[in-house]
Amino acid sequence: MSEPLIEIKDLAFSYSTRPILKSVNMTMSRGKVIAIMGGSGSGKTTLLRLIGGEIKPTAGYVKVADQVVHKLGRNDLFRLRRKMGMLFQFGALFTDLSVFDNVAFQMREHTNLPESMIRDLVLMKLHAVGLRGAYHLMPSELSGGMARRVALARSIALDPMLIMYDEPFTGLDPISLSVIGSLIRRLTDALGMTSIVVTHDVQESLKIVDYVYFLADGVIAAQGTPGEVRESVTPFVHQFVHGEEDGPVPFHYPAEAYPKDLKLERHLA
Amino acid sequence: MPKRIITSIQAVGHRIIDGIWRLGCAARFFILVLLKSAASFLRFGLVIREVYFVGVLSLIIILVSGLFVGMVLGLQGYETLQKYGSESAVGTLVALSLVRELGPVMSALLFASRAGSAITAEIGLMKATEQLAAMGMMAVDPIARVVAPRFWAGVISMPLLAALFSVMGVFGGYLVAVVFIGVDEGAFWSSMQNAVDFRYDIVNGVIKSCFFGVAVTAIAVFEGFDAPPTAEGVSGATTRTVVTSALAILGLDFVLTSFMFRGVD
Amino acid sequence: MQRTIIDFWVGLFVMAGMGALLILGLKVGNLTSYNTGESYTLIGNFENIGGLKIRAPVKSAGVVVGRVTDIQFSLETYDAVVTMGINSYYRFPKDTFASILTSGLLGEQYIGLSAGGDEEMLTEGDKIMKTNSAMVLEEMVGRFLFDKAAED
Repeated sequence: MSEPLIEIKDLAFSYSTRPILKSVNMTMSRGKVIAIMGGSGSGKTTLLRLIGGEIKPTAGYVKVADQVVHKLGRNDLFRLRRKMGMLFQFGALFTDLSVFDNVAFQMREHTNLPESMIRDLVLMKLHAVGLRGAYHLMPSELSGGMARRVALARSIALDPMLIMYDEPFTGLDPISLSVIGSLIRRLTDALGMTSIVVTHDVQESLKIVDYVYFLADGVIAAQGTPGEVRESVTPFVHQFVHGEEDGPVPFHYPAEAYPKDLKLERHLA
Repeated sequence: MPKRIITSIQAVGHRIIDGIWRLGCAARFFILVLLKSAASFLRFGLVIREVYFVGVLSLIIILVSGLFVGMVLGLQGYETLQKYGSESAVGTLVALSLVRELGPVMSALLFASRAGSAITAEIGLMKATEQLAAMGMMAVDPIARVVAPRFWAGVISMPLLAALFSVMGVFGGYLVAVVFIGVDEGAFWSSMQNAVDFRYDIVNGVIKSCFFGVAVTAIAVFEGFDAPPTAEGVSGATTRTVVTSALAILGLDFVLTSFMFRGVD
Repeated sequence: MQRTIIDFWVGLFVMAGMGALLILGLKVGNLTSYNTGESYTLIGNFENIGGLKIRAPVKSAGVVVGRVTDIQFSLETYDAVVTMGINSYYRFPKDTFASILTSGLLGEQYIGLSAGGDEEMLTEGDKIMKTNSAMVLEEMVGRFLFDKAAED
């Protein structure tokens, strides 16, 4: 087991008075793929934004490579972010730049590499995601799966130590889905980085990840390796992994008693 | 009944407070853009690219409208002036109204609806599709990389477009008055040159259009950056850009005119 | 730096815009006749300047030789002090006569200089001694009616 890259301690965050995260603790080691799962609105994306330093926590801290993220100044934060990649839900490719320029974006912004070297690097990154032949296309000409692969190539452009994936599997057909899944695993192993996958696609992510955290109501409801998770008898995990419609997460939004809402008491009485 | 009155007063109050809030945000944003502009001057290629989108692509509408406005001025001016037997002054009328007022104002209004709305929509969509957030996560400041170049491109393009509008307008007036109606060509140009002063009229017109350029693009980039990241949010922001720009242009025009032309002439 | 077709169009656009400003200056405005050369100032006191304005032309024999640069009211003599910038190329004798004239019936007013016969020439800051005020239409009409009445 290598040393931890990310350490999250007693992390809490709330939008004005609405608590999103309450006291979250996690450690993530280098070279691992970690999944963060949970229902919609359970604070998964907020967690990513806290790690990236986009927002500041109300309590606790996130430490990345021994630096407390929310205490960094602007320049230090930007320096840290150069070593982080983030894959947004729908890729977030720059629509006015070609595939090539998208991948070259960070190299051109942050390095003084000569154009010939940038070209070689970009083609290597695109080759890694199998889209070397598509370098001249515009983002509007790509399918959803291809756009996400390009975005993946873009986020590994500067060989980061950490990549965060925000719902990388949403809205993909089964083939693209497994392509993205295996790419995440392969790139993590090949580049020796850490990957954090926020998702609610249980089956695909259990195939590729090393460790799973379940978030519910702003706390970690369960955690474990994929094997442990599959065998788990915790009601919440069981419901989530097997996709049952009722369980600890109820089907019904909290409401008055059904007969009362329909004003049936009188007739029943 | 009184309750309804109270709520409507509250609604008005909310809107006013909200407006003040937004104005403060806009001012802060504007200063932020200015502070982060240095980078975009160092990489002037970015600004040139945007000059193409906001300036060159607005050319057609500016040139054609300028021509038509000038032709109308020529026709109307001739109609009125010939009653007093001074139809040769039509050149003066066309040139002065274009150089002082119509050139800067009309081209700024057209610019707001052509380029301003495009800037807002583009930045708004970049925000809605998380491109700006992605840029931030790549340690690139979206204000320096996306907003500032567009702002400066607009500021550079506006006076040039206004000058082109005025020239096309004068040409349109010339076409109607001299070529079609037959006002004496020499009188047309000489009365114009006698009346239009370079420093007083033309330079002031250019200064006006510089102000309009700053106002329109500042509004456009702010609305884009501030737009709620949804389809309705972006379309609402685009509409607001055009409306606010139009009001700002006309209001500014009055203020600038009262500073520049104090009736000394 | 890589050249692209966009650079070309932007270059063309900027050139056209600059060209438009130049046309405005030369063809529409009076930049050609603008007095950029050396000039010297003359001062003239007028009892009444009528509608004379700053930047009005100063003409001699119909040729523009300068412009009005300043108009002030004098508290010592209670008349108007008009400052003119005259092109250094044109020199006028000491006894030159300055009058405020109107081009056409309703046209703009200008200062007409008619040269005298003095040997000495006016120089920087000199005062034109012989001046003639503007014709004011109301006064003219008034005098005309008065004369008519006197005839009867």
